[in-house]
Amino acid sequence: MTVLVDAAADPKGGEQPVRPPKGRWRRTAIIASFLAPALVVLGALVVYPIIYTIYRSFYSASGDEFVGLDNYVTMFTNEATFTAIRNNVMWVIVAPITCTVLGLIFAVLLEKLKWKTAFKLIIFMPMAISMLAAGVIFRSMFQEDPNLGVVNATIAGVQNVFSDASSYPGARPRDGFGIIAEGSTIVSEAELQTGSSQDFPLVGVRQTDLPADAAQAEPAPAANDTQITGTVFLDVVPGGGGVNGEIEQGKSGLPGIRVDAVAPDGAVRGYATTGAGGTYTIEGLSPDESYRVALPATNFDQGFQGVAWLGPSLINAVIILSYVWIWAGFAMVMIASGLSAMDRSLQEASRVDGANEWQVFTKITAPLLSPVLIVVFVTLVINVLKIFDLVYVIPPGVSKPAANVIAVEMWTVSFGGGANQGLGSALALLLLILVLPSMIINVRRFREERGR
Amino acid sequence: MTVSDLQIVKGKKTPVQRVLGVLSSSVVNVVLILVALFWLIPSIGLFFTSLRSGGDNAASGWWTVFTKPAELTLQNYANLIQNPTIMSSFWNTIVIAVPATVLVVLLGALAAYAFAWTEFWGRDWLLIVVIILLAVPVQVALIPLARLFGAIGIFGSVFGVILFHVAFGLPFAIFLLRNFFTQVPGELLEAARIDGASEWRIFFTIMLPLGLPAIASLAIFQFLWTWNDMLVALIFTNSESQPITVAIQSQLRQFGANIDVLSSGAFLSMIIPLIVFFAFQRYFVQALLAGSQK
Repeated sequence: MTVLVDAAADPKGGEQPVRPPKGRWRRTAIIASFLAPALVVLGALVVYPIIYTIYRSFYSASGDEFVGLDNYVTMFTNEATFTAIRNNVMWVIVAPITCTVLGLIFAVLLEKLKWKTAFKLIIFMPMAISMLAAGVIFRSMFQEDPNLGVVNATIAGVQNVFSDASSYPGARPRDGFGIIAEGSTIVSEAELQTGSSQDFPLVGVRQTDLPADAAQAEPAPAANDTQITGTVFLDVVPGGGGVNGEIEQGKSGLPGIRVDAVAPDGAVRGYATTGAGGTYTIEGLSPDESYRVALPATNFDQGFQGVAWLGPSLINAVIILSYVWIWAGFAMVMIASGLSAMDRSLQEASRVDGANEWQVFTKITAPLLSPVLIVVFVTLVINVLKIFDLVYVIPPGVSKPAANVIAVEMWTVSFGGGANQGLGSALALLLLILVLPSMIINVRRFREERGR
Repeated sequence: MTVSDLQIVKGKKTPVQRVLGVLSSSVVNVVLILVALFWLIPSIGLFFTSLRSGGDNAASGWWTVFTKPAELTLQNYANLIQNPTIMSSFWNTIVIAVPATVLVVLLGALAAYAFAWTEFWGRDWLLIVVIILLAVPVQVALIPLARLFGAIGIFGSVFGVILFHVAFGLPFAIFLLRNFFTQVPGELLEAARIDGASEWRIFFTIMLPLGLPAIASLAIFQFLWTWNDMLVALIFTNSESQPITVAIQSQLRQFGANIDVLSSGAFLSMIIPLIVFFAFQRYFVQALLAGSQK
């Protein structure tokens, strides 16, 4: 404040050195009382910290040893911090562009919409909630178990529509009936001639997991000399009883299982799929060969286990997606207001001249919008550089290293157990340096507006 | 081509053009309905998750409520209300966000008035400093202010967090309000000054009432910003003074086991911002349009 008061007392470079009028002192005091609270807070809690952080970044973890540029060297050589910097670069390239492009598309498309206010509100709403809440939402959506995470559940649902093969995870052969498990494949122990029959009494499938078309197990029809037949069935009578290995009343056939006839050289010579009663007939086999009958492992797959979205390789995509969910609305609202403020006569004129909508958009609308697009983009870049909450919240422990960004690493090394505030200060300063260009843009924009 | 010719060209479309127009607008409608659904599903999912028991959530996804509506229960919210940690953190959020908003508006408006309507040496340079400070990342202040607040004994209390948010909210507040105040007609102020009104009187009786739309924009923006903050509170509060964002994030380590607290807690933390947002979204948009660089 001293600068201010002194300066005001001597306004025009010493024109009136002696005894300024009493009113001027009063006026200075009044102006100072308006400005002082804000300037004191800004000075003590923003400007002083910047200076202290610069100073602190040249000192060691404990702060009592001058280490020169060591912290800055560490920053680019330490694996965790380097991953963080690399991820930040990726964020800055991907997230602002995605948000701006989506926002532009939405803003253009919604113009002719009858329910555009509702649409805007829906897309814009995530801006109001905390990134913590958004993080909880996305972490739960992308859970790996298809029973819990809605994204994997959707993928599983789509896969089920396109593949009708029944799957019997956990099924295994009943011991002592000539069939054995080899890995996940179930095969006959003996090699069979054509015209014979091989049944597969299986256990380990719950009654509730049987497909809807499963019916009472039936004995296989007799095979001729180019066929092998048999029945694949669940060798359990619900409620107990029955004789193991026998096809009896109450035992269910297992439909939809693929059955292969495997020649001694390992080649599959023929195959069939079991029907509702579990029966199969493999046709077209040669009477000169003998075959082992196999139920290949695909019958017993676990099915779709879910994409590991939150694993180290995909975690960044998920977090960026959550960011886009929040900030695309910001881009849309900004661009839409730019569009509505636009003078449309040029567009109309070019339409009359025969330009199509795409030409009107790329040649006229987009260039006119470019100032708004730049503001949106720069704002998003600044925001993305400092991204913290989402990266802190969404990744589970194992993927945290892969998802690291500068702001999170800065928190980790200075407060989250790292106890190295020297390195933390250097990282904070890196963030400040990265936003410098946008500060310059801000100042330049301000000056241009004044100049007008 | 005369004007009337033009109107004919514009008004009469061939049947093919008309069909194409209807088709493309219905395609746009369908696409945007799908987009809107995609944008809604995450929040709807959280909402339904919060209305199912922990056991149900561990066994199946929230969408099963569509086939088994009987699963819906308010038990998570009942538990939440009886959870002293969550409830006191909710109260702390209010205790932090309201004063931080009021102070930013007040200090920002005072300074903005001085920048807009008084002359003093170095005014433009000072304003440029404020504009530079707009984009300063909070990270540069975390370590120094943790030390400073520790030294004066407010580290771990809500006062530190409030001060922090006031400091980092001020540049935007000054920038936004100054821009608005400069548009107030100068004759009004001159007339008041000639009538002998003091600067304070002008500020409170003319500038603040006229600046109400801008002040509302700023207040809503600042309130949402402070309410939703997690990083600053994570460092500057302790278990007594933590806001709800920090209380909820401490449950994250066991995501699956704590999904009942996490989902209902997250939804609780969203209620007030959503009310503010839907009630005042026009002002919120204005604050963003005014050039947010936060």
